[in-house]
Amino acid sequence: MKLFQRLVPWILLAVALFILPAALDDFRLNLFGRYFALAITALAIDLIWGYTGLLSLGQGIFFSLGGYAVAMYLMLNTKSLAGGNGIPKFFENYGVAELPFFWKPFWSPAFTLIALWVIPAVVAGLVGWLIFRNRIKGVYFSIITQAALMVFFHFFNGQQKLFDGTNGLKTSTSELFGQLVGSPDMQVVFYRLTVILLPLAFLVCRYFTTGRFGDALIAIRDDETRFRFAGFNSVPFKTIVFLVAGALCGISGALYTVQSGIVSPQYMSISFSIEMVIWVAVGGRGTLVGPIIGATLVNYLRSLVSEALPEAWLFVQGALFIFVVVLMPDGIYGWVTNGGLKSLLAAFGIAKKAKTYPRLDEEALPVD
Amino acid sequence: MELFFSQILDGLSIGSVLLLAATGLAIVFGLMGVINLAHGEFMMLGAYVTYVVQSALKPMGGLIFQLYFPVSLVLAFIVTGLIGVLLERTLIRQLYGRPLETLLATWGVSLILIQLIRSVSTAMMLGIIVGVAAGLLLTKLLRAKFSLKPFFTYLNGLGWAVSIVIGLIAVNIFDQVRPLSKPWFGPRNIDVTAPKWLQGSWGMIGTIELPGLRIFIILLSALLLLATYWFLNKSVWGLRIRAVTQNRQMSNCLGIPTDRVDSITFGIGSGLAGVAGCAITLLGSVGPNLGAAYIVSCFMVIVLGGVGNLLGTVIASMLLGIIQSVIGSGTLLTVFPDMPEAARGVTEFFATTSMSLVLVFIFIIVFLQFRPNGMFPQKGRSIDA
Repeated sequence: MKLFQRLVPWILLAVALFILPAALDDFRLNLFGRYFALAITALAIDLIWGYTGLLSLGQGIFFSLGGYAVAMYLMLNTKSLAGGNGIPKFFENYGVAELPFFWKPFWSPAFTLIALWVIPAVVAGLVGWLIFRNRIKGVYFSIITQAALMVFFHFFNGQQKLFDGTNGLKTSTSELFGQLVGSPDMQVVFYRLTVILLPLAFLVCRYFTTGRFGDALIAIRDDETRFRFAGFNSVPFKTIVFLVAGALCGISGALYTVQSGIVSPQYMSISFSIEMVIWVAVGGRGTLVGPIIGATLVNYLRSLVSEALPEAWLFVQGALFIFVVVLMPDGIYGWVTNGGLKSLLAAFGIAKKAKTYPRLDEEALPVD
Repeated sequence: MELFFSQILDGLSIGSVLLLAATGLAIVFGLMGVINLAHGEFMMLGAYVTYVVQSALKPMGGLIFQLYFPVSLVLAFIVTGLIGVLLERTLIRQLYGRPLETLLATWGVSLILIQLIRSVSTAMMLGIIVGVAAGLLLTKLLRAKFSLKPFFTYLNGLGWAVSIVIGLIAVNIFDQVRPLSKPWFGPRNIDVTAPKWLQGSWGMIGTIELPGLRIFIILLSALLLLATYWFLNKSVWGLRIRAVTQNRQMSNCLGIPTDRVDSITFGIGSGLAGVAGCAITLLGSVGPNLGAAYIVSCFMVIVLGGVGNLLGTVIASMLLGIIQSVIGSGTLLTVFPDMPEAARGVTEFFATTSMSLVLVFIFIIVFLQFRPNGMFPQKGRSIDA
């Protein structure tokens, strides 16, 4: 049994890597690739919310920054998308003759690979530091991250000359290594890449949540004032963890963008960033397995409901928010590990009784 | 210069709407520590109440129709207030002391409200009534039989799940009847026409015209602000509300019914949102997504002004309204045509509605670097005050 438990992650990984691509059609496989990409974001949110108690409503910023980085590279390096003067076609619509300066480094693939996580990390570190150094916390932190999200949303949405505004950047028609990014073969490659990167993200999160650093994070979550009075400065801890979460979100956004075929300011809408939080809440915050389960499950549910009854999804989602917060604050994984399932079975009288099952004294005593 | 003043007037009226909405939010947040993300949706409900009143009174015509707006103001307050009380009694009450979770739960409520307004029809309403009735009946039956059994809570949940299914089936059955299945509002925007006495100008000051609508909104919010001030500072319940804001446990010990105070506060906060929604209908067409546009600005007002301080809310909302309108419309360029090149470039860059929002939010984040607790922070001796 112990051996089996140790093998479970490897079995799941093998299933995801080899069996799912064979069993599912291209469309479904692509959907699962997206879910796993989103699971990385869920892990990042769990790192800052579940472990450090910082409920960020602005993770969409970092998600989209990663997405935009990869999309800009793909747009630049696709011959068929280039206009007359060698820069992407959409610039012509707005009368832009010269490539904006910040697009230029994205010619290089090496720069892009680094930028897609470094840029979100730097932005996250900066935003985080500006907020944390003033000891803004709790609800105020959530509100301000939401405001920051709106800053970025309006900036990307309004600047058509820089980012094609509302339309976003379409990656599905671009090319990578001479192949169409939207083609099924490439999508399988991206799927495999996501499946490999997800456990790596898991390990990164485990590295940061165990040991002394992880203890400090949990101390900040449970009582930050006491943590400070004990002589620690909580600002660097929070900034670092926010930065790491930003980098993870950037990677997740890049993976999601190549698989969904577009990055647009909609990724920075208020609702999307709050949705990310609910994946973590459904799966189980404060655990690292929970967010992966939550992100996959909720998004799968979303696909199912939206395909059957598109109008019903908002109802279901709203009900999910209320249900999880009120009745299942530990999430699915937390509920099971905290003995929720056992107490359910016990309530219906079908639980295995423990060896020290309480019984009345008269029964326990030998009757002479 | 005239343009400049009319833009300021514009800004003041935007600020007034923000003020109306943010006052309710600030009271709820200051008193109960509840982040109500459904506040914007309460505004939307207020706007739809206005629309319903207008449609109902339109056939009567004449003087009655001219007076529909005051009627809808009162009705919007009452309807949204009651919905707020209902929400507090059923949901918010479970979550006191967990502000981050109220945030998520009220977001869920807001999603449901948006979709409800989009797709509500007579059939759906009947289905909901059938479902709730079945649920109440089932729980009553189950309580009578199994209330002492250990699995009662789970059974109760199962009962509600069954009644949801019953409700869904009822909706589907009612949907077969044509006239019942027609949505009331649909996903499209609705338009409310302002009554005649609000259209046009209300006289001039110098060479500046006073548009009736804008002045009316400013006066309305001033009036409601005074009423709120009076209520909080001079009435018995206001006294209790302030007591609970300062120290909940001590007030409870002294015999103040804190749960009723909570209900009343939440009701008033939601009611004010409803009135704000009513005022928004005068500014343009409104749709089910109205709330999202205002909610972030409202929270910014609270962050900027500090919690539990009406003066801070007033200054912050007016400031936001004016910055947004003066910079967003690009008026600065026409008023100061000969500003230096660099400043000109910057002003032009921010001279759209969305970019002015960017500027406002950046301004707030910078402001908080110097005054982290807003303009008028609450004074207290505890570290977290």
